[in-house]
Amino acid sequence: MVDDTIAAISTPIGAAGIGIVRVSGRQAIPIVEKIFRSLKKRKLADARNYSLLYGHIVDLEGRVIDEVLVSVMRGPHSFTAEDVVEINCHGGVVAVRKTLETVFRAGARPAEPGEFSKRAFLNGRLDLAQAESVMDLINAKTEKSLKVAVNQLEGKLSVEIKKIRAELLELLAHIEAGIDFPEHDIEEVSRSQIEQKTRDILGKIDALIDSAGTGKVFREGLRTVIVGKPNVGKSSLLNALLKEKRAIVTDIPGTTRDVIEEIVSIRGIPLKLVDTAGIRETEDLVEKIGVQKTKEVFEEADLVLFMIDASTGITEDDRDIFRLVKGKRNLVIVNKTDIRRDIDISDMEKYVEKEDVIETSLLHGRGLDKLEARIEELVYSGLAAGQEELLVTNIRHKNALEKARRSVEGVLKALDAHLPTDCMAIDLKEAYDSLGEITGETVSEDLIDQIFSRFCIGK
Amino acid sequence: MEYLAGEYDVIVIGTGHAGCEAALAAARMGCKTLVLTLNMENVAFMPCNPAVGGPAKGHLVREIDALGGEMGINTDETNIQVRMLNTGKGPAVHALRAQADKKLYQARMKKVLENQERLDLKQALVERLLVKGESVEGVVTRTGAVFKARAVVITTGTFLRGRIIIGDVSYSGGPNGQAPSLGLAESLKEIGLELGRFKTGTPPRVNRRSIDFSKMIIQPGDEKPHNFSFMSRKRYREQIPCWLTYTSEETHKIIRENLHRSPLYSGMIEGIGPRYCPSIEDKVVRFADKPNHQIFLEPEGRDTEEMYVQGFSTSLPEDVQIKMLRTIPGLERVEMMRTGYAIEYDYLPPTQLKLSLETKKIKGLFSAGQLNGTSGYEEAAAQGIIAGINAALYVRDREPLILKRSDAYIGVLIDDLVTKGTNEPYRIMTSRAEYRLLLRQDNADLRLTQMGRSVGLVDDERYRVFEQKSRLIEQEKNRLAETSVAPLEEVQNFLLSKGSSEIKQHTLLIDLLKRPEISYADLRRLMGDFPDLPEEVAEQVEVQVKYEGYIKRQLEQVERFKKLENKKIPEWIVYDEIKGLSTEARQKLNKLRPLSVGQASRISGVSPADISILLVYMEQKRREAPEEA
Ligand SMILES: Nc1nc2c(ncn2[C@@H]2O[C@H](COP(=O)(O)OP(=O)(O)OP(=O)(O)O)[C@@H](O)[C@H]2O)c(=O)[nH]1
Ligand SMILES: [Mg+2]
Repeated sequence: MVDDTIAAISTPIGAAGIGIVRVSGRQAIPIVEKIFRSLKKRKLADARNYSLLYGHIVDLEGRVIDEVLVSVMRGPHSFTAEDVVEINCHGGVVAVRKTLETVFRAGARPAEPGEFSKRAFLNGRLDLAQAESVMDLINAKTEKSLKVAVNQLEGKLSVEIKKIRAELLELLAHIEAGIDFPEHDIEEVSRSQIEQKTRDILGKIDALIDSAGTGKVFREGLRTVIVGKPNVGKSSLLNALLKEKRAIVTDIPGTTRDVIEEIVSIRGIPLKLVDTAGIRETEDLVEKIGVQKTKEVFEEADLVLFMIDASTGITEDDRDIFRLVKGKRNLVIVNKTDIRRDIDISDMEKYVEKEDVIETSLLHGRGLDKLEARIEELVYSGLAAGQEELLVTNIRHKNALEKARRSVEGVLKALDAHLPTDCMAIDLKEAYDSLGEITGETVSEDLIDQIFSRFCIGK
Repeated sequence: MEYLAGEYDVIVIGTGHAGCEAALAAARMGCKTLVLTLNMENVAFMPCNPAVGGPAKGHLVREIDALGGEMGINTDETNIQVRMLNTGKGPAVHALRAQADKKLYQARMKKVLENQERLDLKQALVERLLVKGESVEGVVTRTGAVFKARAVVITTGTFLRGRIIIGDVSYSGGPNGQAPSLGLAESLKEIGLELGRFKTGTPPRVNRRSIDFSKMIIQPGDEKPHNFSFMSRKRYREQIPCWLTYTSEETHKIIRENLHRSPLYSGMIEGIGPRYCPSIEDKVVRFADKPNHQIFLEPEGRDTEEMYVQGFSTSLPEDVQIKMLRTIPGLERVEMMRTGYAIEYDYLPPTQLKLSLETKKIKGLFSAGQLNGTSGYEEAAAQGIIAGINAALYVRDREPLILKRSDAYIGVLIDDLVTKGTNEPYRIMTSRAEYRLLLRQDNADLRLTQMGRSVGLVDDERYRVFEQKSRLIEQEKNRLAETSVAPLEEVQNFLLSKGSSEIKQHTLLIDLLKRPEISYADLRRLMGDFPDLPEEVAEQVEVQVKYEGYIKRQLEQVERFKKLENKKIPEWIVYDEIKGLSTEARQKLNKLRPLSVGQASRISGVSPADISILLVYMEQKRREAPEEA
């Protein structure tokens, strides 16, 4: 039996901002105990199986993260047949994420894709018939999380991590070449050189933790773009969601000339909401620039709110826009239903789910609730741009960076304690491997290649 | 005419460093053993540098010794200089290196083979292996002698289809002017084994009397030389120094001017050479901005004037070699005695082996040493002893001895070879070991003697010494953990004089020893009434206490590592049946057939998801057919 303790956000996360962090393994109860403050001062260790405890999750510094219900299920009477603790968070995505991070810091490690099911099966909780589906699950989840990881890695984060790893490897190879080939004229790395390089690397890791810590989506919000032909009610929608008059609303088509961006919180989910200039073939130059920008913004969107005007019915312009929208995760908003309701959207229906068509009358504030509920559902069920995997990979990255940080600090401590370079090499290797977890690379061959390519070694 | 010449339990082909250890191990474990050599004069021959040990290699020698092997004792008995390297870099990388007297080393090893009970040493060229069905049955020699055995260990080094290259001259041959072995290579191919081609090189040897040492820097041995073997008692014999000099601008110029005559650059050599042992022409080309390279002159023995020119491996033509040598300070009038050469040879890509070093194809057929794509005497000997042990265990129908990566450098070496293969002659390095702080050269006996004992290779005397040492270490650690000192003035003064800080209350000696600046010897000086312990016991206590934190961390890593390592993959597994595996993983797993899930996870191209799927599949099969698992 594998006996390290794993944690993950258990899926699917329900509506209304509730998310469950599941922890499984021999240390599950002591780990959560460290970060849970029961209101009635009860201990998890004393809790009855399947009872719910009410209290707060606090981080290791004692700051409250969220109000939670915690349940304890001891093995073998749990899903994985190991001790399992589930933390029901209420504070939305951010709270769930922070809770999971804290669980990692307290000693759990991120679960591999499908690992809960895998353990359940290996520990005899799932029957033989389910073996195939567990394997399928592992494959599907791995593929999905890989895709997200790759997307993210193409960005700035991966470039930075690669740079740091290269520096670690250079330092390590220098130390190791001296150890493995002591009588060659390799200039030994001095302790002060090691210290200087290590501090430098530490600074870079810190900067990365600060910036990448929350992850792009959770720092900037879900990128949501409102598109539609002129005068359909886009600016009205922005204002309605913001609950303030941010954009100018007129009955003149082409009012919005530029892209307007606002951060909105919808049921606890941060949305980066973008109102755009109406798209249509246009002669007006200023407007044309605005339209150009719209297309750019549109490219980067996680979610598109495509508005059509019930009073005019579907026009050529709508069809043109829809061609752009089709490939994106989108909701179709049929506005101005106070004027007319029975419009024919049949040529779009084959591309759009029924639940994704929402009728509104922004003039009367109708349909907004339905829209908000649908957005929330999308986010929590992970349908919008694979948010859930994104969330998990983000936390994994941060976790790996923090592990690397601790190892690099270990080098400085060893220097301080006048320990030999050999001990520092252990920490450096660990740091290198932790960062490698993010990119999926391991140390051994890299190191040996580096030694031979940089140093002239031979008999 | 073929005739039945003898029946044995184990036959070892070759008496290089692998062959000697394999033969001795099998015979000492009680097997009737035959060891065949091409040439009686070449038992335990060192074709390259006259040295044993160094980082990681010295670790291997001590491990071989702890298991009951011969290399350590043989080196201790015959060396002409000993140095402990890396003393300033931490206990795990301390490395013992000895200069060997090549002739003495060979002579003593031959005598040990000759006098070993149950072991026959014979000179014969093996032409062919006898295989029946899937099992080996014996060997046939060129003269028609048929020797039968249940297990055969091949350790033919670089002899298989060997070819010597010196500049534009090339001829078929083994190292040092010997005949190559051609028939055996064919025989291996016939039974379905694949062969690859590697190359390696060796520098020229020169006459000591033609060297001007006044232009060189002396490299003496240690004042208090250590031994490799845990059984050798300290002896201070006269040591002979080595000498250091450097190549010059002029040397590099000659090399550059003659590069077109180098077989490496003319394409005459097809085999792949090691990166860590480049020829001097390689170094000059690859590190063009380096103005000079180190050259060590090492004596080949006590009673010879021959000296080995370390750092000067080359396959340039003979006339160029002489010219190059004479541009080196101190070698202006040097006389070359043997010419440097490159050698190409067939090797057996080691992914065809199990971790026991038995071939996957043929039962009872084992392979060890340079033949498996390694370089170095120590790497060869390490495989030799394991192949010998496992051949003997095979004959007895016992489980093979497999050292893990967390047990020994030997484990790292064999796991690397078998699991990852190698695309250049493989050299062991401390950086290849994940658990370096545990695999120290000072504790090889504590790690391995018990294992050697359980397979029947460690004799009573060695075992007694081991038990005694273990007991003393425990006792002394306990004593330090119970004895404290008071914060008296003399204590404080002593601590301050060592650059340490004062103590505030009664303090345990073990806690003082944890301070980096306080050594065990310091404590002895401070306390006075210390027990009289052997040096190696005090050393163990000191290392174990001082590096406790790091050791503990590595032990935890090992615990995690062992979980997957102990999960054995049943032999009957059909990878093609497992749907979820990636194509690459399926192919590699099919080819390599790893023993454990841990080993599988180290195969490149096998992802964590593949491992998860493998685990689920294994469990599924186990439940479907509980009686099989
Ligand atoms: N009857 C009715 N009128 C609406 C509704 N929503 C918006 N309008 C009106 O439609 C007109 C255009 O609204 P805007 O929000 O400016 O439209 P827009 O899509 O931003 O237009 P441009 O910026 O010009 O592309 C305004 O006069 C709104 O008051 C609705 O649900 N019903
Ligand atoms: Mg507008």
